[in-house]
Amino acid sequence: MDFELSDEQNMLKDSVERFVKDNYSAEARAKLADTELGFSRDHWKKMAELGWLGLPFPEEVGGFGGTAVETAIMMENMGSGLVLEPFLSTVILGGGLVAEAGNEAQIEAIIPQVIEGNMMLAFAYAEPQSRFDLNDVETSATKSGDGYVLNGHKAVVYHGTTADKIIVSARTSGGSRDESGISLFVVDNNSDGVSRRDYRTIDGQRAADIKLENVKVGADALLGEEGAAFPVIEKVVDQAIAALCAEAVGAMQAANNITNEYLKERKQFGTPIGKFQVLQHRMVDMYMEAEQSKSMSDMVAMKLDLDDATERRKAVAAAKAQVGQAAKFVGQQSIQLHGGMGMTDEYSIGHYFKRLTTLEMLFGNTDYHFKKYAALAS
Amino acid sequence: MDLSFSKEDLAFRDEVREFLATSLPADVKDRCDRGLHPTKEGQVRWQKILNEKGWMAPNWPVEYGGTGWTFTQKYIASQEFGHASAPIATPFGVSMVGPVIYTFGNQEQKDKYLPRILNSDDWWCQGYSEPGSGSDLASLQTKAVRDGDDYIVNGQKIWTSYAQYADMIFCLVRTDSSVKQQEGISFLLIDMKTPGITVKPITVIDKEHSLNEVFFEDVRVPVANRIGEENKGWTYAKFLLGNERTGIARVARSKRQVERLKEIAKTELSGGRPLAEDTDFNNKLTRIEVDLMALEYTELRYLSMIASGKQLSAEPSLLKIKGSEIQQRLTGLLVESLGMYGAPYEAERAYEGRNEAPVGPDYAHGPMAEHLYLRASTIYGGSNEIQRNIVSKMVLGL
Ligand SMILES: Cc1cc2nc3c(=O)[nH]c(=O)nc-3n(C[C@H](O)[C@H](O)[C@H](O)COP(=O)(O)OP(=O)(O)OC[C@H]3O[C@@H](n4cnc5c(N)ncnc54)[C@H](O)[C@@H]3O)c2cc1C
Ligand SMILES: Cc1cc2nc3c(=O)[nH]c(=O)nc-3n(C[C@H](O)[C@H](O)[C@H](O)COP(=O)(O)OP(=O)(O)OC[C@H]3O[C@@H](n4cnc5c(N)ncnc54)[C@H](O)[C@@H]3O)c2cc1C
Repeated sequence: MDFELSDEQNMLKDSVERFVKDNYSAEARAKLADTELGFSRDHWKKMAELGWLGLPFPEEVGGFGGTAVETAIMMENMGSGLVLEPFLSTVILGGGLVAEAGNEAQIEAIIPQVIEGNMMLAFAYAEPQSRFDLNDVETSATKSGDGYVLNGHKAVVYHGTTADKIIVSARTSGGSRDESGISLFVVDNNSDGVSRRDYRTIDGQRAADIKLENVKVGADALLGEEGAAFPVIEKVVDQAIAALCAEAVGAMQAANNITNEYLKERKQFGTPIGKFQVLQHRMVDMYMEAEQSKSMSDMVAMKLDLDDATERRKAVAAAKAQVGQAAKFVGQQSIQLHGGMGMTDEYSIGHYFKRLTTLEMLFGNTDYHFKKYAALAS
Repeated sequence: MDLSFSKEDLAFRDEVREFLATSLPADVKDRCDRGLHPTKEGQVRWQKILNEKGWMAPNWPVEYGGTGWTFTQKYIASQEFGHASAPIATPFGVSMVGPVIYTFGNQEQKDKYLPRILNSDDWWCQGYSEPGSGSDLASLQTKAVRDGDDYIVNGQKIWTSYAQYADMIFCLVRTDSSVKQQEGISFLLIDMKTPGITVKPITVIDKEHSLNEVFFEDVRVPVANRIGEENKGWTYAKFLLGNERTGIARVARSKRQVERLKEIAKTELSGGRPLAEDTDFNNKLTRIEVDLMALEYTELRYLSMIASGKQLSAEPSLLKIKGSEIQQRLTGLLVESLGMYGAPYEAERAYEGRNEAPVGPDYAHGPMAEHLYLRASTIYGGSNEIQRNIVSKMVLGL
């Protein structure tokens, strides 16, 4: 057993740290979040040059062949700067699904483009009624000639606006909550019948509700076996959850550092407020939550590539539950300890709070994962 | 001890219900129900309706325009207002400075300001906090120097809610720096149109503009605008803070939000079943409901003590602590009930000119905004840490 990073991993960490330091000052981030796009295409190009967009893909397709540990290193450090580029949506989710389920032609058509930074992806899985259940899919895909016709409504698709291609989960058979009968399709974002409602989310990112009305796709749009996509989706979403846990750890650590500094600087009653014991203890609790989360995030990164799917799912559910409740606590208390200053949008701490708030929700909130763990562990 | 309502009380309840059903503007009700900031126009329109009915200031003595309601009637009214999502009057005039004026002001001040507060002719804002003086309010630095019949005011206030709407600001200023902090403060009423006042907006984490910085540069304020005696401002300020802490529990509104959450939970699904059937969700909601009930009866018990002439010490701090924590838990659970549709919230500012419907179900428009804003409820009005310090010192003798 070893929780230490290798030399190579340390190099990756340093390089992401440097990127964040150079490009993600609080002011720069706020400016970027306020642009129409919500992130920077230049940053994206830079990430491609640094090889990051190929991080988890096999070397045969031009990737870096990294494991979940490398992804976690990357995400943790991006989390500390609240990086806005759609790495998770494009590389981990979209790229992950294609790499996992795609045939040779699909992989070749998409993954190198992703790695070079020429193609962005998004994963449209949630629906208005589905909450966090990946198996709750009402969007339908009906066979028609050589291909399929898609109809349905996908909700809160992160980075659905800027994705060139959207990976859509749709039902080819079965009842609306059956695990079997779900298929994945690669859909061009500008296809006829795709209409989007684009919007900003509270964490400074972009998302969209996507309506599919008689969207025609060819047989080559089907990713993997028809009706058998659920285990693939679950596996890739587990990878995304692990990545989000790492992002949350980075964000919590940064929020704690900012708050800790503030407690030393801010004076009231003639003394730094960090001298008040009630705030000291609160800060210790925040620190402990971040530490516990870091351990769970490391644990899940190391367990993610296990063949035993139940073990993997348990690890993921436990990690997300811990990280979720910690994210809430740290985010909210960071605001509290800043007083009025924490409420201003101009100051960075509120942005950490808001991202930690959505991280708690994404891919299942704390309650959802406690329930899931309980079901798996019983 | 008796919890029952008399026949007169029930008749009064019907009157309040009838009034709210016929007089509360739908747009004002809608914003209040969703937890969005009021618009100035809507709030003033509503307050003028309240004043016409004679119900603008239930807590004021009758001679100044109060309603003369018994403590039971006040309770009934607040319940009905909460249930109907009728906004309470903006506190800065009627709940904060009004009582200071009729308790400590001179006749001229009473005649001048009280009717204008009742009729919402002046929008007031509160100039207490400064960049260096939040929890440690008494350390405030904004200076007022006597010059003939005027004070000349220099300094800065911050976190001033709705100063951008305000006609008047009540300010704590330092008039003597040579004595103990608390003994050199005066309480001034300042016209916001006076030359030398600049208001700078602060965007809050809900992306709305509800806070401001207010700068004073050689602002001339007539000495006639001082409340009470020079250097006695801290007494008036604390009197006002005491009033602020009771109104802040917002029990009736929270009860309405519990109802709203229950309605949402019937529609939202979790695991393919109504969220209302989800045990974890229900446990959290039930805990809030029971806590809220305990708070309600604590508030009533205190109000009854006051009505029977008993003196309270810092007990109302408890109402502020519990009330704000419950509001935060409640909006947190409201957001949770929305699943991922909590995330898309954008302030209407961002929607300006877009003219689009909110994202997701209609009820998803509001909870996240309020959730973000209400992080402040444990900060403003004396932070909950400060309130606990007060209880520990004043009530428990620690
Ligand atoms: C079951 C048991 C086994 C023990 N075994 C041993 C043993 O084997 N050897 C040994 O030497 N001792 C032992 N102890 C004693 C133990 O170390 C002391 O009880 C402990 O250090 C607390 O001291 P105290 O009881 O005097 O309480 P106090 O020090 O009087 O504390 C009372 C309360 O005040 C709080 N408090 C005190 N100071 C502060 C502060 N600065 N800030 C905030 N809160 C504060 C404490 O947390 C506590 O809640 C044992 C105690 C117990 C209960
Ligand atoms: C939304 C909002 C609206 C507001 N509206 C107004 C308004 O209209 N007019 C106005 O005058 N002010 C207003 N305020 C200001 C508010 O009263 C102050 O924010 C509050 O008093 C806290 O002061 P501060 O922000 O300087 O925080 P600080 O006093 O710096 O507090 C920072 C942290 O330290 C803690 N702390 C400070 N001292 C102690 C202590 N002794 N022991 C333990 N913990 C301590 C606090 O609890 C807090 O967690 C508003 C604030 C907000 C957020």
